Amino acid sequence: MDPECSRLLPALCAVLVDPRQPVADDTCLEKLLDWFKTVTEAGPSLLLLQENPCLVELLFRVLKAHDPRPRVLSFSLRLAGLFAAQEDCFQYLQVTPSSSVSQQGELLPMLFGESGPLGGAAWTAPTVRSGWLQGLRSLAQHPGALRFLADCGAVDTIFSLQGDSSLFVASAAGQLLVHILALAMRGPAEGHPSPQGCDWPACAQKIVCHVEDSLRSTATLQVTQALNVLTTTFGHCHSPWTQGLWVRLSPLVACLLEKDPIPASHSLVDLLLSVARSPVGSSDCGLWETLAQTLSHLSPTQAGPLALGILKLQDCPQALKTQAFGVLLQPLACVLKAAAQAPGPPGFPEGATGDSITVDTFLSSKSACVGLLCQALAHLELLQLLPQRPSPWPQAPLLRAAVAILRFCHGSAAPTSDVGGHLCAVLAGCVRVQRAALDFLGTLSQGTGPQELVTQVFAVLLEYLTSPDSSPMVLKKAFQATLRWLLGSPKAPSCCDLDPHTQLFLGELLPVLRKRLCSPCWEARDSGLEFLTQVTRHWGEVPELTGQLLRDPESYVRASAVTATGQLSSWGLYATPTGPEHPEVQQESLFTELLHILSTDSEGFPRRAVMHVFTQWLKDGHADVAEDLEQFVARVLQAASQDLDWEVRAQGLELALVFLEQLLGQPGSRCPYAVALPEAAPPATLAQVLQALCRVQLFEFALRALFDCDRPVAQKSCDLLLFLKAKATPCGGPQEAGASPDVVSVEAALQRWQAGEQGQPLGELEPEAVMAVLRSMDLEGLRGMLAKSSDHMEKSPQSLLQDMLATVGVLGENEADCY
Amino acid sequence: MKLYCLSGHPTLPCNVLKFKSTTIMLDCGLDMTSTLNFLPLPLVQNPRLSNLPGWSLKDGNAFLDKELKECSGHVFVDSVPEFCLPETELIDLSTVDVILISNYHCMMALPYITEHTGFTGTVYATEPTVQIGRLLMEELVNFIERVPKAQSASLWKNKDTQRLLPSPLKDAVEVSTWRRCYTMQEVNSALSKIQLVGYSQKIELFGAVQVTPLSSGYALGSSNWIIQSHYEKVSYVSGSSLLTTHPQPMDQASLKNSDVLILTGLTQIPTANPDGMVGEFCSNLALTVRNGGNVLVPCYPSGVIYDLLECLYQYIDSAGLSSIPFYFISPVANSSLEFSQIFAEWLCHNKQTKVYLPEPPFPHAELIQTNKLKHYPSIHGDFSNDFRQPCVVFTGHPSLRFGDVVHFMELWGKSSLNTVIFTEPDFSYLEALAPYQPLAMKCIYCPIDTRLNFIQVSKLLKEVQPLHVVCPEQYTQPPPAQSHRVDLMIDCQPPAMSYRRAEVLALPFRRRYEKIEIMPELADSLVPMEIKPGISLATVSAVLHTKDNKHVLQPPPRPAQPTGGKKRKRPSDDIPDCKVLKPLLSGSIPVEQFVQTLEKHGFSDIKVEDTAKGHIVLLQEAETLIQIEEDSTHIICDNDEVLRVRLRDLVLKFLQKF
Repeated sequence: MDPECSRLLPALCAVLVDPRQPVADDTCLEKLLDWFKTVTEAGPSLLLLQENPCLVELLFRVLKAHDPRPRVLSFSLRLAGLFAAQEDCFQYLQVTPSSSVSQQGELLPMLFGESGPLGGAAWTAPTVRSGWLQGLRSLAQHPGALRFLADCGAVDTIFSLQGDSSLFVASAAGQLLVHILALAMRGPAEGHPSPQGCDWPACAQKIVCHVEDSLRSTATLQVTQALNVLTTTFGHCHSPWTQGLWVRLSPLVACLLEKDPIPASHSLVDLLLSVARSPVGSSDCGLWETLAQTLSHLSPTQAGPLALGILKLQDCPQALKTQAFGVLLQPLACVLKAAAQAPGPPGFPEGATGDSITVDTFLSSKSACVGLLCQALAHLELLQLLPQRPSPWPQAPLLRAAVAILRFCHGSAAPTSDVGGHLCAVLAGCVRVQRAALDFLGTLSQGTGPQELVTQVFAVLLEYLTSPDSSPMVLKKAFQATLRWLLGSPKAPSCCDLDPHTQLFLGELLPVLRKRLCSPCWEARDSGLEFLTQVTRHWGEVPELTGQLLRDPESYVRASAVTATGQLSSWGLYATPTGPEHPEVQQESLFTELLHILSTDSEGFPRRAVMHVFTQWLKDGHADVAEDLEQFVARVLQAASQDLDWEVRAQGLELALVFLEQLLGQPGSRCPYAVALPEAAPPATLAQVLQALCRVQLFEFALRALFDCDRPVAQKSCDLLLFLKAKATPCGGPQEAGASPDVVSVEAALQRWQAGEQGQPLGELEPEAVMAVLRSMDLEGLRGMLAKSSDHMEKSPQSLLQDMLATVGVLGENEADCY
Repeated sequence: MKLYCLSGHPTLPCNVLKFKSTTIMLDCGLDMTSTLNFLPLPLVQNPRLSNLPGWSLKDGNAFLDKELKECSGHVFVDSVPEFCLPETELIDLSTVDVILISNYHCMMALPYITEHTGFTGTVYATEPTVQIGRLLMEELVNFIERVPKAQSASLWKNKDTQRLLPSPLKDAVEVSTWRRCYTMQEVNSALSKIQLVGYSQKIELFGAVQVTPLSSGYALGSSNWIIQSHYEKVSYVSGSSLLTTHPQPMDQASLKNSDVLILTGLTQIPTANPDGMVGEFCSNLALTVRNGGNVLVPCYPSGVIYDLLECLYQYIDSAGLSSIPFYFISPVANSSLEFSQIFAEWLCHNKQTKVYLPEPPFPHAELIQTNKLKHYPSIHGDFSNDFRQPCVVFTGHPSLRFGDVVHFMELWGKSSLNTVIFTEPDFSYLEALAPYQPLAMKCIYCPIDTRLNFIQVSKLLKEVQPLHVVCPEQYTQPPPAQSHRVDLMIDCQPPAMSYRRAEVLALPFRRRYEKIEIMPELADSLVPMEIKPGISLATVSAVLHTKDNKHVLQPPPRPAQPTGGKKRKRPSDDIPDCKVLKPLLSGSIPVEQFVQTLEKHGFSDIKVEDTAKGHIVLLQEAETLIQIEEDSTHIICDNDEVLRVRLRDLVLKFLQKF
């Protein structure tokens, strides 16, 4: 021990025995015990006691205190036990008198014997009884301790403490008995003692007789205590003597099974499973028969845990496993039978088809039915995850049953049988079963199922997600199950796409999710968001994939990828790939990449898609666009003006119109009732607007389009220029430019364009000149011209008359030809 | 005791109870689902509805084409909408003494009953019921009168013609009883016959029965009624709710120990939980508005709308909808919103306490103050100036056949951005929408019906333990669409008695006692004699005086002194003869002792035979037979009066006399 600690110890001991000094709290004493435990484990306790006489002093003084505090007394008992765990120290404590206190005596008998706290007032405190048991538990490590226990009559006290009012004390008493039994059987009796017990050590014999008496008792409490002791014994001691113990006691256990009702069935199940898991189980064939017998004797609710335990065993006969699995499946088989409209496809394996007793118990009351179903679902859920689960696993009937239960709970099942009707009435709206069934359904997503069943699963999940009656907790479970099914959704063998049913489900899921996110109930919003987070987590790589698909060899895919990345980027979901593997694109924004596609892609579809994305970006005020609006528009228009695809050019005009509208203000709402909102101040003066339009070369683009060989482009351009003209005229506009040289040259250029020579550019334009040109042009007339369809000549009355005349002429010729 | 069932609609009941000497009408609900067969009444000229093709029979006969029009694949009656009245032929309604109203939805047929059947009695209802009932009637009359329609179709109602019509007209029931809406004058006259009552107030009806309204928790001022005499109690439960909404909670305790419990007005949508539906309502509203669409809520001007506005009040800020205008359009919108705030004593405890702060009990006051909720009498006038979209509009009528809602359906129906949310459970939303098809706008059905569901009913019945339950036949079987849901019906022991329209039910219990008072003087003169420990008897000679259903025993008049013979005796002076009464006998005859006594008195050869009811003592010698039974003793002897008297005296020795 640390010398510094040694120095402090006497003072501490003095404090502990001083009734005027309060002990801070239990945790301090616990920590102190932990420390002593490490110290005693590290070195000889005897030395410790000899070097620190204050410790023995402490024990004496606590004993002799007139009114010891229960906590300190309990601490002292446990401390003494710790020291006495080592045999030499044990002997030292038995005989050593206290050095400074005048009283002398044997310390251990005084602590644990009948003269100690056992009879005193402090014994009423559970903490003292617990300390006493724990002290003995530490002490009982060597044959000397066994003799001591026998001498001081402790075993009888332990027997009585098994029924203590404090559960902790009672449980500790049981465990101590097991410990003593194991200690007694160590050494001479190790091996295979005879079942009769003549060669058992006296102490062990005493305990086993006590257990035997308890098992024969008619009081359930005593039977339970005995069974608990045995359960712990077989759970912890795997020595050969346990075999003998089981041979000796199994007839008594078998007798319990013949009673009706079976007493302490829970503890009995625990014992049987404990035995089955111990080495005894693997060698005793009689045990399997007992287990089978127990399974059939217990009520369905009691048999459930036993069945699960049996199925978890590594090596047990197949017949027993089948029987146990049947017990677990029985409630679900009943549900399936009740739900069946007609004899359905083959369901559960033989043995699971519910017998009438099960059905009776099942439906006897709402609570019984709900309890049994929840238990069965929970057990099967656990089992499904185990490697040793029964094989073949009846995935399809289980799925069918889970769906049926959920439908019963939701009231959407339409059973025809009476049992079904009753079940429906019992389960309708039962949140507990809904939760259990949804959990179970989620676990089943790990397996596959026939397609039509998967469709049913998605349908029932959707029912729950949609239903306004789903309680928040049920909704959460439904979302969780949905997620598991979506992630575990069976892939079609040939491609990595989602199968059509899942796609259909997703289509219906989205509106539901949107609605749930708007729910006034916070739990619904919360679980909706959790679901979304989970889904997007699995969806994280999608934007990157989309980015890669911009270089897909197929033009349709490139076009779709453009639309997708454009949209993702609008929502801030598209991060430009950066990092060592993409050094060349590190600095490149999506805008540049799309512009690159616009100017270089050989196919029209991707280029059109780019224009659509850019227009949308402009409308939405995308961050990349807002950075330098004019630069953006100028570059896009420049690229679009040279495009060979008329749709791209037309879309360029669309983008130009959006730009114009943004500069000049939105047109008003078109609602018949809507009162015009107070006009916002014009964003900029007309002169500034025209300057801006010149800077981005919108005029050149529009005027060039006006003479486009494709009529829709020209029409659009005409509309755009008319819109601009209308906006500009009422404001007065800049001074009349008259026939300035600029105007003349522009008009000349336009005439050349109209004639088909579109080679030369207009060059720098002044706003005044542009307006003058606009005013001088007959845009309305042009629009009228353009509005006529290309076959307007053919449809005119003149053409009709000519056609008719021509036909007559032809007829005449034909007549002649007939001969 | 008889129950005449005049309505087939379980939530709009109209029953007449004959109890003791009174005839009590319980509610007079008006079945308005008949209006679904009519074309909507548009507020503004509507080319679509005014140019519908007439309907003709398969053989081309077009005599009905003026009355019936084809619209969206259905046939509708082109006429002023008509309502299905309660049965008027089953019982002479002029004999009805009182009408008890349980809530404002169940009084809509009142003018038809009070104004056209010779009814001369009194109507009892609580104040909020009357006031809000008046608003509902006013709105109804207004909706229909402001769109005058000259035509009133009647040809199609001919039974032979009706058979040839397509569904649902073919299957419409009781079309001969369908009537046009009443006028405001009739409404006023009907309402003037109402006497206001308060909860737990006891109202004597002719001294025969006492009626008491109890809070039913469903709507402002809604009540259940107890009709009781001294020894019988009938409870009438109509439209009750156990949910915590705005009205006072339901009084269940007072319903205990009823002989008969008449149960009507349960929830019309037993599978829809109101909480879930309110959530659904809010979510869909928010979704639509966020996408720039408008929301239309066809509703009544009072009732659930208060709760919806309260939910929205809490929800709109968190959902980011604070800038969205809410419009409430109804001729009575203003009155409804104001009335709700003044009936503090009829509100739930929470809202009552607010009044003392003082704060308005409903938060819609704040919505109005902050301009988030605006109300208008109609779409004409101020509304068109203030109208902004997207918005939420609450307006009537939920049948979509008249009222401002018709206009909004036409205006918004073509856009899929808009949503119509049905919250009132009274009308099938699909039928309501039929004349507007094809419809692009979204339709959400979230009926909010706070009335009792079947689980609550079974708990209620377990608690109040009535001897017999009477209910509409619809409640004794699962809903037709969900025939397997045996939980959606009333399950009680003994099974509930069911009724249907135009049925008369003899209620299965007999009146056994009547209370009679004894005047103090008479009581004074009685001399009770104890015949068994604790039981004393006295003979009473008295005059039974019955007036106003009260029975009083008065001392018999003294024998009149003979007056002068000149005066002729008038029949009314007849005084009942007071004969000297023979003493009354009680006790039983111990056969063995009787036989011994007979032997002592010289009879021999006595044989005793046991019979089912007692004994026969045979005096074989005298050829006489004494039949001793529990409540009679007969001496049968052959014309030997002396012997009979001797035997009689021997029998009498064993009996007590008084």
